[in-house]
Amino acid sequence: MQKLQDIAVRVEATDGLPLNHSNATPILHEILHALQRLLNEQESTTIDLRALPFGPGDEEELLNQLGTGEIRVELNSLGRSLITETAYSGVWLVDHRNADDQRIALQIEITPIPSILKAQNEDVQDAIERLEDSLNPSCTETAGP
Amino acid sequence: MADEMMRFTQTLGESLRERGVSRRGFLKFCTATASMMALPPTMVPAIAAALEKARRPSVIWLSFQECTGCTESLTRSHSPTVENLIFDHISLDYHHTLQAAAGEAAEAAREAAMHENEGKYLVVVDGSIPLANPGFSTIAGVSNLQMLEETVKGAAAVVAVGTCAAFGGLPHANPNPTGAVSVSDIVKDKPVVNVSGCPPIPTVITGVLAHFLTFGELPELDHLGRPMTFYGQSIHDRCYRRPFYDKGLFAETFDDEGARKGWCLYRLGCKGPMTYNACATTRWNQGTSWPVESGHGCLGCSEPNFWDTGGFYNALSIPDSDITRNIGAVVAGGVVLGAAAGALNRSKRASAAAKHETVTIDDLDKTS
Repeated sequence: MQKLQDIAVRVEATDGLPLNHSNATPILHEILHALQRLLNEQESTTIDLRALPFGPGDEEELLNQLGTGEIRVELNSLGRSLITETAYSGVWLVDHRNADDQRIALQIEITPIPSILKAQNEDVQDAIERLEDSLNPSCTETAGP
Repeated sequence: MADEMMRFTQTLGESLRERGVSRRGFLKFCTATASMMALPPTMVPAIAAALEKARRPSVIWLSFQECTGCTESLTRSHSPTVENLIFDHISLDYHHTLQAAAGEAAEAAREAAMHENEGKYLVVVDGSIPLANPGFSTIAGVSNLQMLEETVKGAAAVVAVGTCAAFGGLPHANPNPTGAVSVSDIVKDKPVVNVSGCPPIPTVITGVLAHFLTFGELPELDHLGRPMTFYGQSIHDRCYRRPFYDKGLFAETFDDEGARKGWCLYRLGCKGPMTYNACATTRWNQGTSWPVESGHGCLGCSEPNFWDTGGFYNALSIPDSDITRNIGAVVAGGVVLGAAAGALNRSKRASAAAKHETVTIDDLDKTS
């Protein structure tokens, strides 16, 4: 008798190739047009992969096609985020995770550098205050721990 | 107490900064929030500007004739994550399943929240309201109808969570022994948002609350009072199996070649074409899968009267009469036959409703 674990749950492709539902190709075209706009009009584009009706295998196929490029950055704030440049310069994969390492957003950014990597004015202001505090400890009465 | 007051009057931006979250972290939070609210990534700066200034709204959650499935769904959203951060930033002042207080203290919390936030608080309702006899469902001796009317009086808006609160749901199914009605059947003078589903997708519930927290107003709604961002497109139109429908490739049983190859589940009773929800993109269980991806057709749980449409496994356009031969034409002739299918479905629904035996209150007493 067939046991539960013997029943295949993997959806089979007909020709032995890895299964996908061909949704990666139109996104790759969208990325191509976005790259052209970036070069000619300096316009950045963000594609939210969560908003796309991908079938099993589509996301893997897209990421596979995009490949891995020269830069890989890890951001640690409210959980880990991985920002990687794909094999196509100017096409970035931004993978935001929460403290439990569950994905909370997955986006493709077509831009010279993803905006989240830039130092933010508020954080720079905070840095100035902290550095001043550490250089002049006597001047501060309310320094944090 | 002073800390608590401070937290209450702080904006979300101030409170995150106080907890040592950098501006980068805040922008990441805004990116995830935009994604969760199904808004385009270009909205992130606007969301950041709005969330920076957002203050904790008071939320009163009322549970009427329901199964607690909606609350289960909500508390099964990823943890700890954006949704939890959102919940750190709303003040859930009354929820009789989740709150620690009981009895008079619980009801006092509800009254205090109503009094202190007059005109500004949000009321979330799950479950339908029985009108046949107020005694069918009461909380602290107060009937559901009375509690709803009393609580919404000073509310800014009402969110009906789940198909029961939105459309009457399971209690409203034929023969509707309790005379169950939806929230919008009763509340006429306040904005009502219907977040339907049995249960609704957790991120859709929190997405609507996040929208209110972010922009201080309710999202754009469809003709059934549901947020357009989540209920604007049919399951069928967003389904990754749609190309198989267009090619006329259907699973005929749950274990045939078509089912194994992941073909369209239309003939197995999938209600995707008449159902509007975000399952196809948002998915369930932290984005793992959704019914169609798991090989089962959509039940249509976010639509009114989904229990009374005549059977989950009856294809929309193939009721009892054999029109299977015409399916090829259905595929070729798309829109026109789609409309015909709708008409057939309506007549089938009417006959299904007519076949139901009527159950009286006396019958219910006999069996209990």
